[in-house]
Amino acid sequence: MDRVLLDYGSGGKASHRLIGELFLKYLGNAVLDRLDDAAFLEMSGPLSVSTDTFTVDPIFFPGGDIGSLAVHGTVNDVAMLGARPRYLTCGFILEEGLPMADLERIVESMGRAAREAGVLVVTGDTKVVPRGAVDKIFINTTGIGEVFVPEAPSGHRARPGDAILVSGFVGDHGLAILSKREGLTFEAPVLSDCASLNHLIVRLLETVPEVHVLRDPTRGGVATTLNEIAGQSGVECRILESSIPVRPEVSGGCSFLGLDPLYLANEGKFLCILPQEHAEAALSVMREDPLGRDAVQIGTVRAEHPGKVVLETPLGGTRLMDMLEGEQLPRIC
Amino acid sequence: MSLFDNFKDPELCKALLDRIHKELDGELRFMEVCGTHTVSIFRSGVRSLLSDKVVHLSGPGCPVCVTHDSEVAAFLELAGRNAIIATFGDLMRVPGPDKKSLKSAQAEGARVKVVYSPFDALKLAQDNPGDKVVFLGVGFETTAPAIAATVKVAREQGITNFSVLCFHKLVPPALDALVGDPELKVQAFLLPGHVSAIIGVEPYRFLAEKHGLPSVVAGFEPVDILQALHLFVTMRNEGRAEVVNAYTRVVSDAGNPKAVSVMHEVFEPADALWRGIGLIPGSGLTVREEYAAFDAMRVFGMELKDVPAIKGCRCGDVLKGKLSPDGCPLFGKACTPAAPVGPCMVSTEGSCAAYYKYKV
Ligand code: SF4
Repeated sequence: MDRVLLDYGSGGKASHRLIGELFLKYLGNAVLDRLDDAAFLEMSGPLSVSTDTFTVDPIFFPGGDIGSLAVHGTVNDVAMLGARPRYLTCGFILEEGLPMADLERIVESMGRAAREAGVLVVTGDTKVVPRGAVDKIFINTTGIGEVFVPEAPSGHRARPGDAILVSGFVGDHGLAILSKREGLTFEAPVLSDCASLNHLIVRLLETVPEVHVLRDPTRGGVATTLNEIAGQSGVECRILESSIPVRPEVSGGCSFLGLDPLYLANEGKFLCILPQEHAEAALSVMREDPLGRDAVQIGTVRAEHPGKVVLETPLGGTRLMDMLEGEQLPRIC
Repeated sequence: MSLFDNFKDPELCKALLDRIHKELDGELRFMEVCGTHTVSIFRSGVRSLLSDKVVHLSGPGCPVCVTHDSEVAAFLELAGRNAIIATFGDLMRVPGPDKKSLKSAQAEGARVKVVYSPFDALKLAQDNPGDKVVFLGVGFETTAPAIAATVKVAREQGITNFSVLCFHKLVPPALDALVGDPELKVQAFLLPGHVSAIIGVEPYRFLAEKHGLPSVVAGFEPVDILQALHLFVTMRNEGRAEVVNAYTRVVSDAGNPKAVSVMHEVFEPADALWRGIGLIPGSGLTVREEYAAFDAMRVFGMELKDVPAIKGCRCGDVLKGKLSPDGCPLFGKACTPAAPVGPCMVSTEGSCAAYYKYKV
């Protein structure tokens, strides 16, 4: 059959075929292959757990697809607490009529992403809903990992005097998705930065365990994430605008659309806040990894305007960088 | 360094700022007429670097902000009918009289599609031959020519399910009305680069000649803006008032006559309602009789309805430079970007929204 049918979610023979021929083929491992009602795991705490549901449109985009994104996104969230992600669960909601070839491409890509991140998919679920009830495919992933640092990084731990680092260019994923979705073509194509950061995070925390905050600036981008941290910790995040790495093609695309790259989603970047005296050490660990090659310090934590993000512009002026009301919308003139 | 970086050069900006502050004697109250300038003045940090003597006021220069409540009510009425609404993104959140917006209408099932150009809307009409597609024509002289061109193409190609709800506004008549107000507290005008690229410099001459207000057409980079401020200071010190085109890399004195002629071929000037200001004679555009088949008002048999004025909103005063946005009693309390009361808080380019968003 070349399309997903309602039968595939029935729990009967069709479902079993789908599981055997597709999911186990790409995601299989000793735990999953047992096909029990639940996965038997051996872990010891403290643990980091995260869940996320992926509904991205389009499902295939320059630099990735919804499957790899569902793995990277959850692996990264688990890792941000100073944990080694170990296991993933995944739930699929499929729209009747989804081409089987698309589903296979997505599951294969998930398998590859999971292998690269070193996590096992240990249990899953598939539902098929009538055409129109969802948009092609939604994927939920839940991840779990063991925290290996004495004190887990948290958005509450930013302190005045800390340095704020970013692991590379911002806004790539958001603009890649938008340009594919709207059929916009820019001179230089922008690829999503979608990647699992866990190996880099482990190396970073093994070398510099003093890290206070780790956060991946996904939806809402760097601006929103910094606002969250400023609020959680009751501090000011003071950012030097000229130090934020933005690719010329991303800033070009953004100025054309009237968007701000600092509010665009990233899927392979993280913010790291730690005492200034450890900033250089952290940056050099990050720069040794291809995923952190362009890491830089973009600002410092202060006490002056608690809960606010203040941007210092290249002219030396200052302004607020607030959270947005809703999603960013391209402008009229 | 690219050409653009030159216009952001911090050293150059610092030198200009020094000169402005050194040469200025007394207070300079300038107003920009364009929302893109408003945002640039805040975003670049220029505003935080100006001394108290340089008073920055934001005028009526955001097309979304000045779209009248009764016009917003008309969009929403159309969204409730059997039509596909095509719009630029920034209209999505504009609240109508009963707090509804295109966004909430969409959530309730209205077919609303955000497009990036009026031609995308025309394509939408071609792709959905069984539906009527209405493009929301909001904006100044900047957007009107492209929309006029789209209407012409629609007629040439015999596309009959496409129309435009034409609520365009014209900048010079609005400025004329604004400067005619004896309470206006503005001494110089920063004129919009984009609008001027279309209409040229001539239509602004009255500002200097009739009202003695130095006015400068400027680009949107910090150097552009500071250069314009310095020109204001120089003109004042020399006792001159002129309209100067300082954005010659984009704006020619004559503007873009081709764009203007397309605009006038399809549209004609008409009285228009401005949110927060009211009726300004000759300050809008309507679709000419020859193109009536593409005028959504006529196609759907609609009329603008009276909508009660918003209580407590001081936008009129903000737009006239009489009040700073944070001087409005509702600012940041009853009126925020999440729940805007007045037009100036509605669009990201509105002056109240810019204050709320950027002022440290
Ligand atoms: S703060 Fe709100 S109510 Fe007050 S002038 Fe601005 S937009 Fe109008």
